[in-house]
This record gives sequence, structure tokens and C-alpha cells, in this order.
Amino acid sequence: MLRPETWLKPFPYGLFCEPGGFFIDPTRPVDRAIITHAHSDHARPGHRAVLASPATLALMRARLGEDRAGGSQQPLPWGEAITIGGVRVWLEPAGHVLGSAQVVMEYAGCRVVVSGDYKRCPDPTCEAFALTACDLFVTEATFALPVFCHPKPEHETERLLASLALFPERTHVVGCYVLGKCQRLIALLRAAGWDKPIYMHGALFPLCRVYEAHSIALGELRPATVAARDALQGAIVLAPPGAIQDRWARRLVDPVVALASGWMRVRQRAKSRGVELPLVISDHADWGELNRTVDETGAPEVWVTHGREEALIHACAQRGLRGRALRLVGYGDEDDEGVSVEEVGAQAETSDQAP
Amino acid sequence: MIAFAELLERLVFTPSRNAKIALLRRYFETQPDPDRGIGLAAITGELSFATAKPSLIRDLAHARTDPVLFAWSYDYVGDLAETVALMWPSASNDAGPPSLPEVNSALQTAAKSDLPAIVAGWLDASEPPVRLALLKLITGGLRVGASARLAKIALSEMTGGRIGPDEIEEVWHGLEPPYERLFAWIESRGPKPDPADAPVFRPLMLAHPLEPADLEGLDATAFRAEWKWDGIRVQLVSTRGGRRLYSRGADDISSAFPEIVAAMNFEAVLDGELLVMRDGAVAPFADLQQRLNRKAVSPRMMRDFPAAVRLYDILFDRSEDMRPLPFDARRARLEAWYARVQPARMDLSEMIAFHSLPELAERRANARAAAIEGLILKRADSPYVPGRPKGLWWKWKRDPLTIDAVMMYAQRGHGKRSSYYSDYTFGLWNGDELVPVAKAYSGFTDQELIWLDRWVRNHTVARFGPVREVEKSLVLEIAFDAAQRSTRHKSGVAVRFPRVARIRRDKPAAEADRLEDLLRWVGDERAA
Repeated sequence: MLRPETWLKPFPYGLFCEPGGFFIDPTRPVDRAIITHAHSDHARPGHRAVLASPATLALMRARLGEDRAGGSQQPLPWGEAITIGGVRVWLEPAGHVLGSAQVVMEYAGCRVVVSGDYKRCPDPTCEAFALTACDLFVTEATFALPVFCHPKPEHETERLLASLALFPERTHVVGCYVLGKCQRLIALLRAAGWDKPIYMHGALFPLCRVYEAHSIALGELRPATVAARDALQGAIVLAPPGAIQDRWARRLVDPVVALASGWMRVRQRAKSRGVELPLVISDHADWGELNRTVDETGAPEVWVTHGREEALIHACAQRGLRGRALRLVGYGDEDDEGVSVEEVGAQAETSDQAP
Repeated sequence: MIAFAELLERLVFTPSRNAKIALLRRYFETQPDPDRGIGLAAITGELSFATAKPSLIRDLAHARTDPVLFAWSYDYVGDLAETVALMWPSASNDAGPPSLPEVNSALQTAAKSDLPAIVAGWLDASEPPVRLALLKLITGGLRVGASARLAKIALSEMTGGRIGPDEIEEVWHGLEPPYERLFAWIESRGPKPDPADAPVFRPLMLAHPLEPADLEGLDATAFRAEWKWDGIRVQLVSTRGGRRLYSRGADDISSAFPEIVAAMNFEAVLDGELLVMRDGAVAPFADLQQRLNRKAVSPRMMRDFPAAVRLYDILFDRSEDMRPLPFDARRARLEAWYARVQPARMDLSEMIAFHSLPELAERRANARAAAIEGLILKRADSPYVPGRPKGLWWKWKRDPLTIDAVMMYAQRGHGKRSSYYSDYTFGLWNGDELVPVAKAYSGFTDQELIWLDRWVRNHTVARFGPVREVEKSLVLEIAFDAAQRSTRHKSGVAVRFPRVARIRRDKPAAEADRLEDLLRWVGDERAA
């Protein structure tokens, strides 16, 4: 077996498969890219050729525009293997958001799984994570500290509904990332019996339409911007995290401000965002899931792309697994008033990492 | 314990007073006795058990978690109890979390050596929110984010206003957890609890701020005047059932001022100002601050910061309720009582003789002692009424001191103001650099706030998390009540009650005041 580091090389801007001539989730434009999922830090515009799951390509086209989503776009259905430069490649669901994939590569007797971002907790809006045994598992580590133990998401939506029952006259505005979190939250609310219209910030509609086109029913969605103030009393309004505390939200009367994010587990994070109702709902694996997944793949070696790699590598080492931090840059790297809480979190983390 | 943990969790994040009251009310309405009563005691700070030291939590964490991961986690979360609550390994314990009364009675009775095992068992049986509430409870670090007063308002609301919060206040200190008689009264299942001889708190009568418009209609002959001292308003309660020193918010602060309690060798309820006094002179508020918020006080503190009470009013003489009497009659009784009892560490607030309002205004303007905040005007015929009834008592504060300072940083506010940059840090010139001297988040109108918010957004030069650093070009006139030396501030000076008085768009930043200008006011105070 050829050691994976001889043919799979981490560059600061992405993981490069040398014999296949492609990058995975590169953060700058390249010739050939395989994209694990459509979040903006993984799916950048301007690659010449893009290979991804059909849903990921559809989401990329909706976000980036037809032409910027990739000069040529090759959809690869789940489990269908192709060979690129002698590397056998296929995609397995990662359970992170709609279309999110793990990239499985086999070369010279060695199997590598690049997970992208993933979670193990069931999510009605995307295909469930498929466990694939491998020799090297490349994982994220966004929530890789033992303090991150996400509660059941149903418990969190229950808290939101309980708050609506206690404050029936107040609008409940929930900050949620436009891709994945928003649609999952809607699905969770529908499953909990909330069948009233859900009001939304305009930025959330386009991707909801893509989800609906993939047969994920979201119920009645209405624009919050044009709704009468009365209609918003006791209503749920969804908005990108950057909007809930800013000028956009001033139209809401005495709102309860909620935010759905894994970071809400830590009080200081919720406090500093000025959130009144923190909802701990994450699309990333928590500490337990990360470690369990590493173990279940049976891989003796683990590479960590981004996040709290030192803690995960430390825990792996205690179980006799080899760990390596890739320190890829560019994942989760936006301004504090940007749209993504996950990204803000990741940014804050890089700054705490200084020794 | 689950409902209590949920309540705490929501209170911590809820900025609005009304929402807090609603949360408390729901908790009291939905929880059974004695759980809700223990919860009420925890919120009002009335639970008494020997609290565990943080080292207990640390030791537990070390026994159950990897030291490296613990260190990283603690570093990330920043709070010991929260770190342990979140990373405590979930154990398969089907017993479910303990109830609040269970926790309370175990903590009252358990031997210290048994505590770690008991707490570990509770943590095993709980989810993170309950674990956090437990750890905060046993270490005495329960910061609820709701005052005892709010809890009493919530109880009052349960009665639909039939029983007012002040009425609850008057029986409160005669009651004990789990307050079953109180809940019975609230829910019309039992009589009003009789505090008998217990040293209960009586809600204070407060004064309205006097605006220029109010001044015009004022009949000088109908009012009496006293100085308003810059200490803390207190109520001294001494009955056959005990002695208590209460703050104006009904907090029992007796243990922080044992010398005052020792001097309460009488049977009466008195209203006064708690001050630090040396040889009859009132010390600055900063000295009193050294004595506040302490559970116990050392002999040295008592020697260096001697406390005294300046008496304003008498509410009870033995069991005789003076409150319905007019102010003049109460004052006569207070003077007679004082002459008779001659209590140590207490003196009488001076009555200021005056014939006209202009004369009074002049005395107010000339009062230079920093410990004088202004004047209190009391209608001669006013009974002692709890709360802030309009027209009976007025507070006529001294004109504030002002400085022109430069805005340096801005942060968003809370609650209704969370989308506005409404909290500002100001600096004064020291040489050619600005040093921060004050933070202010009030004093401006809604219109001005909109303007300030836009100005901050358009003049941001850097961001540090939630804080924006702004271009050093906007001058604001800051009003404040006093300036004091402080070792805690980089500038070496702390200002009391800073607020925005005016936006000085006309003034270039270079012409803002200098640190020396502020330090001058400190000198003024020492001379007084």
C-alpha cells in the first residue's frame, strides 16, 4: 500500500490529489475541483471543472450563478464510482446539508475518505451520513472540544415553541444560516406540529426553493418584509444571523431574538451575540460524534482539515490513532457581520488559538 | 430541578423586565410546593447552606476528565462550572436529576466529606443545564439576572394585582423557605401570613426628580428641605424578633455592617442614609463602596471605613406605626426619640431653614461637599407612603459637572437597543493621546440615538468582536455627579453617573477637555 501522504497533499488552499489532478474544496480557483458541499467556504466560484453531487451543483448554481459555479459541471450520483488518473472516486452522503458528500478515493491499495463537514444526527432535509471503512479518514473538527455535546434538535424546537406559548404576542426571530440550518429548522418545526406560515428574510428564499425542488416539503413560507406588523405577532421569522440584531430587525415589534447554532452551547457566545433564546442546533458533528465516527471508520490514521484539531488529535492519540493537522486556511473566514454564525465562530477560534 | 434550570437559563439571557416577570410567574404557577418555594429562595438569595468551594468542582473534573482536554475546554468556555457542566461524561443513570428540595436538604445536612460523591451522583443523573444550575447553586455563584423585587412582582401578578408587591415585601422577612404559607395566601387558600415580631422590611418612600417645570408650581411654605447625601438609603429595623439593616431594595445587609447592628439597641424602624463618616465628616462614596457587597467584614475595614447612619425618618416607635402621621409630626417624634435614645453611630439629618425657593436654590448651588448630591424637599403634611408618589417628596439634584470628551469606542446595547450602537466609551486628552475615562449609554433622545448609531457605523476604524473603534472626531458633553481617584482605571480617575448631555458636533476633537480638567474636580472634592 502506498502511504496516502505520497499522493494526497495538503496545500494551504485545499487538499490536492496528485495522480487524479484535482483539489477537494479548494479556496481559490483551480482547474479541477471536487466539492463536498455548497457552503460558501467550501464551494468557491471560478473553477474550470467541478465535480459534485447533483444537489450540491444545483445549490451552487443557485448561490453563485450558472457560469460561476464551474466551467464544466459533472454531477456524480451517490455511490457511482469513476476513475480519474488511476484514482477510483465516488461520493457518499455526509449528512451535513442537502447534497453534502464525503469523497472516497482508492489508489494503490489505499482508501481515503474526505468527510467534508458532516453530522451523524438524523436530519430530514438531507441524506444520512454513510459510514465507509477506510485507511485514512480526513475529518473536520469544528466542534472538537468535549464541551460540545449537542442536545437533541427536537428538544431545542420544543423550547422555541414553549417560548411562543409564553409570549404569544411577541415575534420570535430566529437567526439561521441560509443553507442547511434554515431548511432543517423549518422541517423540525413542521415535524413538531407548527403548521402556520413561517416568515422569512428575503435572502432565505432562493435556497429553500432548491430544497423544495429536491422534494423536501417546507410548508407555507412568506416574506417577512412585506408582512403586516400584526401578522408577525406570535409568528416565527427566520433571518440570516447577521440580520437578527441589525437594522433589518427593527421592523419587528419587541421580538424574542433566537439563534440556531452549535456555538449557542457556550453562554458567553450567546451573550456576546445578544441572543435572548439560544437554540443549540448544529449541522456539524459534536465531540462524541467526531470521535465515534473516527473509530467506526476503522482508520488507523486521521487528518484534520479545520477547527479544533489539537483536541481531536490528542483524543485520537490516546486511542493509538495517528493524527495530523492540515491547517487548511480559508474555511470559515468571514466578517463578524457576515451571514454565517459558523463562520464567525471559526474566525473567533483562530484568534483564540494563539499560544 | 429541570424546570428551575430552564428558568435560570432563560433569565440569564432575557433583557426585558416584563419578560423576566412572565418567566418567573410561569415558574411559580406551574411548579408544585415545596419545589417552587425553594426556587424562590434560591432566586431571592435566601437559601442558606455551607457552599462548596470551586476546588470541589475542579477535583471532580480531574477525576472524570482528561486534564489536557479539560484545560483547553476551560480556556475556551471561561467559566469553571459551565465547563464541567458541559463536558461531564454522560453516565447511564436512570434515576433522573434530583429535585430542588432534595438538593437543598442534602446540602443542609451532608457532611463535607460526603459532598463530592453526592454531587458526582447528581451530575451523572443530569443533562448540562441542570448540571450547571447545580454547580452554580452549590458554589453560591447563582447569578440569576432577576432581583428579589422582580420575584415579588411576579407573585403579585399571580394574584391579578389583588396583593401588591409592597404588601408581599412587608411580610417577606417574616417568612422562610419553602414559603408554603405565602403561596397559600397568594392563591387564596390561606390567610395573610402574620410576621408578628419579625424584623420585616417596609417598602421605602422615594422622591421624584424635580424638573424646572415642577419648580414653578411649588409652594415653598408647604415644604421642608434636607440635604441629599451620597450614600445608600437604608432601613434600620429593630424589634423583639431581631435586628436588620436593609438596603432600599430590601436586601438584608446586616452582616456587612455589624457595628450599625450593634448600635441598634432600641425598638424602632428608621429610615436613613448609610455613610462612611470620619469625625462627623462624610467620606466620598468610593469609601462606602469598600464596605458594600461583603458577606463578612474585617476589624480593619471597620476601622478604616467607619460606617454611620444619618437618620431621615421614623416609621415605627416600638409597635406604634408612625407612617400615617404627617412629616412634621414624624420629624418631631424622630427628634424626641433621638434625644431619648441617643444611639451610637447615628445622627439626625439637618433640616435646612429657608424662606423662599430662590434662597434654597442658592444654598443648593453653593453646596460644594461632594457627598451632597442635592436637596430633598418633603411636603410638611406628607404621610410615609411606599413607592414614589408624585408631589410629596422631590429630589432636587445639584447641577451635574460636565466635561467635553471624545468618543473612542462603541458597542451595541441590549434588548430594544440591540441593533443600535448605544454604549460609548469616551476619552480625554492626556498629552497628545486620548485616555478612556467613562462609559455612558444614556442621556440622549431616541432621535439622537439614531444619529449616533449612524455616525458610529460610518466612522468605524476597527472592530474587536462586538466593539467598534471609531474615528476620534466626535465630541460629546458628558455630565457626571462626581469624580474620584481610582486605581482601577487607566486614567486614575472614575466618574460617577456619567451620561451624555449634548452632542457637540460643532467642536473639533482637539478642543475637547484634557485629563487635567477632570482631575480638577477630584481636587474639589478633597477640599470639601
